[in-house]
Amino acid sequence: MSEKKPQSHGKNQVETTGHTWDGIEELNNPLPKWWLYTFYACILFAAVYTVLYPAWPLFSGETPGILGYSTRGAEAAEMKTWEAQNAPLQTKLDAADLTTVKDDPALLQYANSAGAAVFKTYCIQCHGAGAAGNKGYPNLLDDDWLHGGTIDAIYTTIQHGVRSPTDPDTRPAPDMPAWGETLKPEEITSVVQYVLKISGQTFDATAADAGAKVFTDNCTACHGDDAKGNKDMGAPNLTDAIWLYGGDQATITQTVEKGRSGVMPSWSTGSAKLSEADIRSVALYVHGLGGGQ
Amino acid sequence: MAFLDKHKKIETHATLLLVLAFLVVTIGGLVEIVPLFYLDNTIEKVQGMRPYTPLELAGRMIYVREGCYLCHSQMIRPMRDEVERYGHYSLAAESMYDHPAQWGSERQGPDLARVGGRYSDHWHVDHLTNPQSVVPESIMPKYGFLSDTTIDGKYIEDLMKTNREVGVPYTDDELASAKADFAAQDNPDADSSGLLARYPKANVRNFDGKPGITEMDALIAYLQVLGTMVDFSTFIPDKTR
Repeated sequence: MSEKKPQSHGKNQVETTGHTWDGIEELNNPLPKWWLYTFYACILFAAVYTVLYPAWPLFSGETPGILGYSTRGAEAAEMKTWEAQNAPLQTKLDAADLTTVKDDPALLQYANSAGAAVFKTYCIQCHGAGAAGNKGYPNLLDDDWLHGGTIDAIYTTIQHGVRSPTDPDTRPAPDMPAWGETLKPEEITSVVQYVLKISGQTFDATAADAGAKVFTDNCTACHGDDAKGNKDMGAPNLTDAIWLYGGDQATITQTVEKGRSGVMPSWSTGSAKLSEADIRSVALYVHGLGGGQ
Repeated sequence: MAFLDKHKKIETHATLLLVLAFLVVTIGGLVEIVPLFYLDNTIEKVQGMRPYTPLELAGRMIYVREGCYLCHSQMIRPMRDEVERYGHYSLAAESMYDHPAQWGSERQGPDLARVGGRYSDHWHVDHLTNPQSVVPESIMPKYGFLSDTTIDGKYIEDLMKTNREVGVPYTDDELASAKADFAAQDNPDADSSGLLARYPKANVRNFDGKPGITEMDALIAYLQVLGTMVDFSTFIPDKTR
């Protein structure tokens, strides 16, 4: 180890640290000023931070910090601010008769905006981003409604769901039975032909005539004598060209053989429940999509 | 500062360097980790948490096996935008029976911490089988093969024992009836009183709507319980956390 002494290293007259390892000397370049002061500033920031915010663990808790900040507190405060802003309109909406909301432009605008947000968060996974539905999940844009298309009917459906396993007040829709267990194969074939006939599609006349009796004996209890459905039971109209699962022969056959029992969750119970104002908003939004009655 | 000039002593003495470095890391570690074990507010006690039922536990293993956590987090942060979309922020206690926790760090897909009860079982079958059939813009892969593998709970008791080893309080009674509970949860026609006594508020349904228990049933049973155990209508958060 040599003594520390100034040595010439090119143009910069830099001292060495005095450390020499196997003849290699360590230059003692100073740290760049900007770096050094940034470093000191960071240390200062850290010290101030631990005073202002929760930081040091003690015996029963941590130091709270003089600003009294907590992530939960911040979240609660922000929620409260927004709730306070929306509260007057929400209270008004909760108390309003849904059929007359359309006469109050400010309330309707709020309901439509809030309803659109709720719809995009909770409903599009089944009913689609544009509310046009998917196979097994109804289109909400048309005027064909399984459980009624009035604002009150839509509200009730959203509130309690359809065949919801968690809500005792859910829409009491009986399942479409799996007729493959009770009807003979030829009876199913013929009743499918009958359904094709009443829905205005091409059909086999002989089979459809036989199917008419099968239909009268088994299907009219829910779908009605005229096959136009029953909204109290959620039984679809079979005479229009609107199908929940599909109206081709193969799909109808599958529906008859295996049955159907679509479920819509209840949104006023359970862990994923919405507030009353949210349910009313989204009901008004859906009602206003075009098919509302 | 003369004291600081002594560092050469340490730098040229490997054993001393090792001992002192270990000391520094130990102090740092103790200060950061130890308080988590004794501070009262690290894990708050909440009502409603129960260990997973055998079927849910099996579903959870499928969730881990398929790497769902790579795209889906289970951690709703205490921020308004997350709470508005996913529901009440997650509590530490809600992961207390998760070994390992499925918090995740990526959100290619939505957070699943409170997906339970949000969609119908039928939707889960449709969606897992072909996600694009219900959500056309989804980039999720298809998991229809889960319906092809039947499971009988042969190893479920062992799995529960393993969980007990790491701290899940499964009782001997629960272990003994593991296989029966496993089958009972997927069969709404069977007697499920024992299952419900051991695992309050468990969902008892034929999750995929088909006979037999498949991986699809187990995974949906798990998804449908996520985030539903704590009743937030009676939960009062401690604001100091």
